[in-house]
Amino acid sequence: MNRLAYALALFFTVLTAAFLAVPALMSMLAGVTQIYARGIASGLTIDWILEVWRLYADTIGRSIAIAMMTLVVTLLVGIPLAYAFVVRPSALTRALNELMTLPLAVPGLAVALAMLQLYGNIDWFRRSSLFIVAGHVIFTLPFMVRAVASTLGAIDIRTLEEGAASLGAGPLRRFLDVVIPAAMPGVLAGSLMVVTLSIGEFNLTWMLHTPLTKTLPVGLADSYASMRLEIASAYTLVFFIMIVPLLVAMQLVARSKSRKGMSA
Amino acid sequence: MSTGVSVSLRAIAKTFPDGTRALKPTDLTVAKGETLVFLGPSGCGKTTCLRIVAGLEKPDAGGRVLFDGADVTETEIEHRNIGMVFQSYALFPNMTVAENIGYGLKIRKVPPAERAKRVAEMLALTGIEPLRDRRIDQLSGGQRQRVALARAVAIRPRVLLLDEPLTALDAALRDRLRTELDQLLRSLGITAIYVTHDQAEAMSLGDRIVVMKQGEIVQVGTPREVYFEPNSRFVAEFIGAANVIEGMASEGSIRFPGGQLMLPEPPAEGRCTIMLRPEAIEIRAPAGEDWTGTVQGVSFLGDRQRVTIAGAAAEMIVAEAPNRTRLKTGDRVGLAVAPQALRILQD
Ligand SMILES: Nc1ncnc2c1ncn2[C@@H]1O[C@H](COP(=O)(O)OP(=O)(O)O)[C@@H](O)[C@H]1O
Ligand SMILES: [Mg+2]
Repeated sequence: MNRLAYALALFFTVLTAAFLAVPALMSMLAGVTQIYARGIASGLTIDWILEVWRLYADTIGRSIAIAMMTLVVTLLVGIPLAYAFVVRPSALTRALNELMTLPLAVPGLAVALAMLQLYGNIDWFRRSSLFIVAGHVIFTLPFMVRAVASTLGAIDIRTLEEGAASLGAGPLRRFLDVVIPAAMPGVLAGSLMVVTLSIGEFNLTWMLHTPLTKTLPVGLADSYASMRLEIASAYTLVFFIMIVPLLVAMQLVARSKSRKGMSA
Repeated sequence: MSTGVSVSLRAIAKTFPDGTRALKPTDLTVAKGETLVFLGPSGCGKTTCLRIVAGLEKPDAGGRVLFDGADVTETEIEHRNIGMVFQSYALFPNMTVAENIGYGLKIRKVPPAERAKRVAEMLALTGIEPLRDRRIDQLSGGQRQRVALARAVAIRPRVLLLDEPLTALDAALRDRLRTELDQLLRSLGITAIYVTHDQAEAMSLGDRIVVMKQGEIVQVGTPREVYFEPNSRFVAEFIGAANVIEGMASEGSIRFPGGQLMLPEPPAEGRCTIMLRPEAIEIRAPAGEDWTGTVQGVSFLGDRQRVTIAGAAAEMIVAEAPNRTRLKTGDRVGLAVAPQALRILQD
């Protein structure tokens, strides 16, 4: 009886996994198949991948650049903000905290529309990738702040700082020597989150991009709509190759964090 | 090598933004090289007072903090050159033991060679040399306490401030570290302010004890003074065990339900309250004694016995007896007290 239950459970697990994995695998396989309509029998090739590279290399580079810029901004803004939330809670920080969660609840399209209405006529800004960076910062900042604030909130950062002050450290020294190292696990987790979200972001970006500022996911949509299936598939493959290492890294950080949490 | 400064508090008071009056206006001077202990129940304002000396809290307008006569009220903590040991130790988790101890020296731009030498001295002084490269989360409570102390002392502070440094430790360790700490403070000759709610700690460490209650100083004195001559019922009961009993005084003696006792000079008249330490009461045979009672209970403590006695005063009183004296519940006993062991309390 028990064995039957186990077999059934296994069967459904495998079935579910297959339901998710098979299309992804098929799609990736299509990206390296000569002619999809004739199947694998037509032979394997990396031509499609090279073609993707020729057509869309700039979107890949731009996506990475946008993700990095977004990361820099969220670090510079997010860490001090998280610090203020934890150490000097006030009506202002609470209001900011509420405000920051808005972009998570409001659809990306609405945020993009608001941005276009507000800043759309600042020409250089509208044309540059910085416009997309701004959108990504609005979208990802809460994740950075949350991650850092939860790390800082779990330790008595105020007393640690007082300890450093008693030893002669001024505010900047304390921030660099004590607060940043203490916040590090949160900073790391937040950074991976921000980069992953930025690289994969579509909603906002699709609204904000111009023909000259396409990102990887926008290019992907573009190729699905207008290119032959093999190229779109090869593009998906490229996307996976980029995003999977990030996801794995996120898992590792999360795991090492929870292990530390248990030993503490 | 007497280091450190005298510390004066002038009209120091503290009202927190939420309206809590943590400290009423207080004046106090700590002499150079002295160990002063703030003693009082939790919430009486000890930490607040210490934090004002440290510069972590600003006193209410009008209050001033002086180090060797110089006003430091407006000086930030990082420029006061104080050493502080926090109740939670506040050790930096991202640094090793040696790095923690050397941090204040690094801030002061002490050259690395000299820094290493001073850190080694501090490790030796506190007996934690084998721990120098450990991370903080690899240390026990007692070891952390030593690191915190070494780190605070390493910068040769003008005054060392300690906020309940032993409270987080278990009783046996607390006793041992108390002795070590006492020796260390004596050998450094540093000015120190020590906060605790533990009267045994206060008595063994303090040159003087400041007894606090609800944001106010109620008595300042040497351990012997506050023990033998408490000025109030609160101090008498907070420090050590005390019988506080009421009687009628007249003509140089005081009457209780169970008899009478001679009063010390100058004697009081009328209804009055006295304090009597349990060890000052000698238990004798009842015959011929002026004050008698009945044994209500005996608890054997090993080195002595604690005896509860009924009928002597309106309330139950506690006396101590040598560990071999044979006593049992129901025995009638006489109670002898030297007049100078009896203290008249004003409130
Ligand atoms: N930051 C603060 N804000 C408001 N009230 C405080 C603050 N710090 C301490 N208090 C209050 O001030 C009183 C004295 O506190 P404290 O000095 O910490 O006492 P102790 O160290 O003697 O236990 C307490 O009633 C405490 O609740
Ligand atoms: Mg306290």
